[in-house]
Amino acid sequence: MKKIFYYLCMLLIITALTSLSACASGPVKPGKTGAVVPDADNAGLKLPAGFGALKVADGLSKPRHIAVSPQGDLFVKLNGKLSAGKGVLRLHDTKGDGKPDETTGFGNYTGTGITIKNGYLYASSDQEVFRYKLNDKGEVIDGSEQKIITGLINRHQHESKSVVLDDAGNIYVNIGAYSNSCQENDRVTGSKGRMPCPILDSAGGIWQFKADKLNQTYGDGVRYATGLRNVVGLDWNKQANKLFVMQHGRDDLHSLFPAFYTDQDNAEKPAETMYALNKGDNAGWPYIYYDPATNKKMLAPEYGGDGKKEGGKDAIDPAIAFPAHMAPNALLFYTGNMFPAKYKNGAFIAFHGSWNRAPLPQEGYFVVFVPFENGKPTGKWEVFADGFAEKGDALTPRNAAHRPTGLAQGPDGSLYVSDDQKGTIYRIIYTGK
Amino acid sequence: MKIKLIFSGMLVLLSTAMLSAQKQAAPAVDIKKSIESGRAIYMQLCLTCHQKDGGGVPHLNAPLDGATAVVANDKAKLIRIVLKGMSDRIEIDGEYYSNTMTPHSDMKDQQIADVLTFVRNNWTNKASAVSAAEVKAVRGKTK
Ligand code: HEC
Repeated sequence: MKKIFYYLCMLLIITALTSLSACASGPVKPGKTGAVVPDADNAGLKLPAGFGALKVADGLSKPRHIAVSPQGDLFVKLNGKLSAGKGVLRLHDTKGDGKPDETTGFGNYTGTGITIKNGYLYASSDQEVFRYKLNDKGEVIDGSEQKIITGLINRHQHESKSVVLDDAGNIYVNIGAYSNSCQENDRVTGSKGRMPCPILDSAGGIWQFKADKLNQTYGDGVRYATGLRNVVGLDWNKQANKLFVMQHGRDDLHSLFPAFYTDQDNAEKPAETMYALNKGDNAGWPYIYYDPATNKKMLAPEYGGDGKKEGGKDAIDPAIAFPAHMAPNALLFYTGNMFPAKYKNGAFIAFHGSWNRAPLPQEGYFVVFVPFENGKPTGKWEVFADGFAEKGDALTPRNAAHRPTGLAQGPDGSLYVSDDQKGTIYRIIYTGK
Repeated sequence: MKIKLIFSGMLVLLSTAMLSAQKQAAPAVDIKKSIESGRAIYMQLCLTCHQKDGGGVPHLNAPLDGATAVVANDKAKLIRIVLKGMSDRIEIDGEYYSNTMTPHSDMKDQQIADVLTFVRNNWTNKASAVSAAEVKAVRGKTK
């Protein structure tokens, strides 16, 4: 009986999928994905109606950012222990059921960034960026590793280097500030901010380099945008033809300046912010933080702020702001044809989940969606995928089951999500049911 | 057998502790008090980074619950960490942590003793208390 029910379900799903792709106007229908079905429990995720999810991999060594080749292979940048000596994995699915059964690897370094563009795969350690040539099957060609950027600052705070390319042969790299708020003594109560903040010379911004030139370092690149404390999620928006980034806002307002801020102020005031960047932009760190309740740029207490004074006249405003400390670790503009029309060109953001909100309950640990049109947000953000952590008010960063940290789009329009807590990779698909 | 031995050992320890407590005003009896005031200090000064479950934040803030160094005999090392903060980025129980720990040299000797006694005896941790005299001695040598 159960078996019959199972087959019936399968049949239904397959019919749904085939009819779906039949009426979708786009050409996207890679041969084998018809057999990809959600796991019975949607891999533990809570999704909007019509979506399902399957677990693609589990137990990987702190996977950070991910990329999918045009052929559908998944590339994963590891940041934990190397896996059999390799820091980048390629997961290949020989059976076409969405469950990869062949793993190979390359690159002998850990790190966060990875992206694919025009036949090359780019991946980063915490101080360098490499590229690899892909063959027509989407495999990395042996011996094709080239170091394109080297010598970037890594002081073991906000050290990950995220990468993305534009359509004009440039690569953008985040260089995070090795500090919370540029205090004379980092994270010491009452310590003043350094003026001007010397960190901004070589960090706290986005640098632009050539995608095809070897061994570039600071002198070869351009400081494309500054005043960004730490960016982990970034993507190129094709409609606006612009770089968009997600900044991790500052920590510890209450413990560094207890005279001006309560625990609740710290938990809610310094927003996580999305910026659309033009060359030369300044987002204001460390002199300001952005208050999402009042939509104002507030003078940082290290620089004379008291929770009331505004600041940052020369700083740009965010495109949209999110609650404090949720840790946006990935940004992806959805250009696929699988999901319903409202998702097209909108932004998915993976929030790793907070720690600095304590003693208030933690937030984040989910993937959100922001609708966009012509490169501008058109509505409020909404939670898209939840259920990664599931502990309610008892949630802590250690006991969270999963923490979303990377996003990628498959050639069929699937959305992949990586988790660096248990090393799980999810694939979210639209089934219409 | 083993349990019995440990138990009688604990009895001996306890009674000597109680004896010496009578003589010089009290360490062993006060460990409870020390833990309680240590808990309040932890909530105020350590919680945001090390969290309510003492689990820290993976890859960012070291855990205190279950950490080898936290329950080890080298109390001077823990006292130095609280006084001077920590940004060594050394491997701790097989992991690296990339946040900077705030120094707390403005805390009183007794407060440091209490908070360390608390972290050594909360969650799954169990270890001897840290005294204000021990903190004073280390502070004198740490400049
Ligand atoms: C701003 C965040 C922060 C605060 C506040 C903080 N810590 Fe830490 N703590 C850390 C980090 C990060 C490390 C690891 C540093 C490293 O690896 O270089 C650490 C390490 C430690 C260690 C060493 C752990 C080991 O296994 O070696 C102890 C003990 C400790 N902290 C105790 C405390 C106590 C007690 C307090 C409160 C008085 C406190 N910390 C407040 C971030 C913090």
